[in-house]
Amino acid sequence: MKKTPAIELRGITKTFGPVVANKNVSMEVYHGEILSILGENGSGKTTLMNMISGIYYPDEGEILIGNEEVMIRSPKDAYRYNIGMIHQHFKLVDVFSAAENILLGLKDKKGFDIKKSTEIIHGICEQYGFELDLNKKVYEMSVSEKQTVEIIKVLYRGADILILDEPTAVLTPQETLKLFDILRRMRDDNKAIIIITHKLHEVLSLSDRVAVLRKGEYIGTVNTAETNESSLTEMMVGKKISLNIERSEPKNSEDRLIVENISCTNREGVRLLDNVSFTARSGEILGIAGIAGSGQRELLEAIAGLQHLTEGRIIYHNPKTGKEDDLRDKTPIQIRDLGVRLSFVPEDRLGMGLVGNMDITDNMMLRSYKKGKSVFLDRKKPHELADKIIESLEVVTPSASTPVRRLSGGNVQKVLVGREIASSPTVLMAAYPVRGLDINSSYTIYNLLTKQKESGVAVIFVGEDLDVLLELCDRILVIGGGKITGVLDGRTATKEEVGLLMTKYAHTEEGGEI
Amino acid sequence: MTFITQSIRIGMSFLLGSTGETITEKSGHLNLGIPGIMCVGAAVGCLAENIYLSSVSVISPFLAVLLPIIASFIGSALMGVLYSFLTVTLRANQNVTGLALTTLGIGISKYIIDQILDMKFSQASKYFTSGFPFADKLGGFGEIFLSYGVFVYLAIAIALITSFVLNKTRIGLHLRAVGENPATADAAGVNVTLYRYLATMIGSGIAGLGGLSYIMDNLNGNWEYTVDAIGWLSIALVIFTLWKPNLAIFGSIIFGACYIASSYISGISFAQKEILKMFPYVVTIIVLVVISMRKKREHQPPAALGLPYFREER
Repeated sequence: MKKTPAIELRGITKTFGPVVANKNVSMEVYHGEILSILGENGSGKTTLMNMISGIYYPDEGEILIGNEEVMIRSPKDAYRYNIGMIHQHFKLVDVFSAAENILLGLKDKKGFDIKKSTEIIHGICEQYGFELDLNKKVYEMSVSEKQTVEIIKVLYRGADILILDEPTAVLTPQETLKLFDILRRMRDDNKAIIIITHKLHEVLSLSDRVAVLRKGEYIGTVNTAETNESSLTEMMVGKKISLNIERSEPKNSEDRLIVENISCTNREGVRLLDNVSFTARSGEILGIAGIAGSGQRELLEAIAGLQHLTEGRIIYHNPKTGKEDDLRDKTPIQIRDLGVRLSFVPEDRLGMGLVGNMDITDNMMLRSYKKGKSVFLDRKKPHELADKIIESLEVVTPSASTPVRRLSGGNVQKVLVGREIASSPTVLMAAYPVRGLDINSSYTIYNLLTKQKESGVAVIFVGEDLDVLLELCDRILVIGGGKITGVLDGRTATKEEVGLLMTKYAHTEEGGEI
Repeated sequence: MTFITQSIRIGMSFLLGSTGETITEKSGHLNLGIPGIMCVGAAVGCLAENIYLSSVSVISPFLAVLLPIIASFIGSALMGVLYSFLTVTLRANQNVTGLALTTLGIGISKYIIDQILDMKFSQASKYFTSGFPFADKLGGFGEIFLSYGVFVYLAIAIALITSFVLNKTRIGLHLRAVGENPATADAAGVNVTLYRYLATMIGSGIAGLGGLSYIMDNLNGNWEYTVDAIGWLSIALVIFTLWKPNLAIFGSIIFGACYIASSYISGISFAQKEILKMFPYVVTIIVLVVISMRKKREHQPPAALGLPYFREER
């Protein structure tokens, strides 16, 4: 006997102007299973899910819930059909407490009684194993806590179809494990769970079935047990790609950047960096590993001249003049002129580095506008650069004159990294350059970094995926609580060694890897 | 003593204006049209009063108070609808729309007042200013607490109710969510458009009453084209009291005292008086600086203040 699907899509099509986001997509999800949706950046995964949750309305096709055709015109409708979506960018009100956020938008006839509702929420937490302080304000929460609030919010509304859009992109390995435990418990509770992720090992370890989208089209669904990483990648990309990073031996390596005993504090006087010293050499990739928020950001900002140091110095060996400069005395612009480039990809992609409302060409010009000799802007060269980046990094965009804000997250990142690499730096710093990128684009970026290294650039790479760090980097610097806890050789170190060093000074209760 | 009671009376005009603006701002609308809306509220209220007084022979004091209030509320609420229509439905820039409404409102009020030939405002004012009959017998207590006209009690009641609704009810929670993060509110099933329209309408209506109270209660029915100044101060008061109507009750009295202090202090020059009148603005700027330095999230303006919202935009 065939089970009734919890939700079934038939021939869904959605276009945004000339861009076809989804084309004739049909798939179904059953209760008591976890379905992964896999696809490259801009393949229409999020758009598809937004249609199920009522943010967008499909141009064509129908959505069936329990064999009945339904119209989902707004998020309210979605809740009525017990569909709950946890968005990639959390939809929470910062100044509200967890409980207020959970209750937001509800209209039950019991009246407004936070105390009573809190008891129900506590019940949900116990059932699935959440840990959460309901009176905590959202702006005081960590990313993982915010996500917990989001999940409880949809459960409180009685959702039995849960959609999670890249839930692990911002979590530490430990938090991811915790989340997966919770998701498995929900599956066992007969809920239908749809999860969007880029990380293939997560797909394989968590889901029951995998649906693959490519450029808006539905390619197929496979049982997780009957597949593996390389065949999934092939479905996603449409061709076989190699998932290997070719790591060459560093050549003519010489000291480029010597960081000596630097420290810095934030406004409240908390030490963010504590006596950090290391050397970055030309022609090698120096990896920085650590739990999110251990001082990686401050470290890179310090080198770029954006962070005020209380102690220490940063010596730069200028390969052109052979002289030594102390970057502490220099302004960010002077540091840039020396060839030190920061391609910082913060949590919020558009926050630092790109201007959302400007198009790709104009964003290229943000770095080059000072070069022009005439009073008028020279758009030709930036435009050529924009086209080059679009072509070489396969940025999915209607044209170079599309506002960056309209691109999908991964494509935004490609533009940012592409621009920084194009300026032929001597030191290239990249923080989380592949966060949110699909596997194919990630490897494009890894190879770009490797190419930079081979041309003699000192590359500093802050990453979160330990497998990649071990594969890509020549040396790995481990940072914990603002201190350097160890320097390992990328060729001989193991995941366990790095993981252990990561948690040395950090305030986490549990270690462990995925 | 008169200084205190006068401060409270003028303060209530600020209070009504700022309570109205607070409700509007909590929905994410930075309505800079409040000065114009208060002008319209004052003019429409006066017009209704004049029509009532000239058309009936036996005047009921109750109706003489109630009708202008209702008319003033409706007139200003319509201005709020216009504002919402322009900013929500047509997605016009909020600041520009607000400033345009201020200019428009001042113009409308001038037009209306010009049309009234036989002004009965000072007669009308008596109905608004008469306090509790037994207030005189209670000495100082009676004078400070019970000697006022209807607007003082109305303003405090509205401020307290607003404060309660904003913080203790589901409607308030939803309204604050719309102003903080409309996308979130929308995803949670709150009708953002409806909330923005209603909040702006009701807020404008309440602010309009502030205009009427200024004419009837403070100027004793002498029409002056200074209502918009009360409007700007009301907007400043919203910031001064950190978007909290219950705090605004005290803040408005302080503003009121500053506003009239120059007439009660003798022996100072005209220039010094004018400098004294700037005091509320200076205090507001200081408050703005202090709250942005302290970075306490609860004290910040609604996060989506001034931002349009359109669901399919990303």
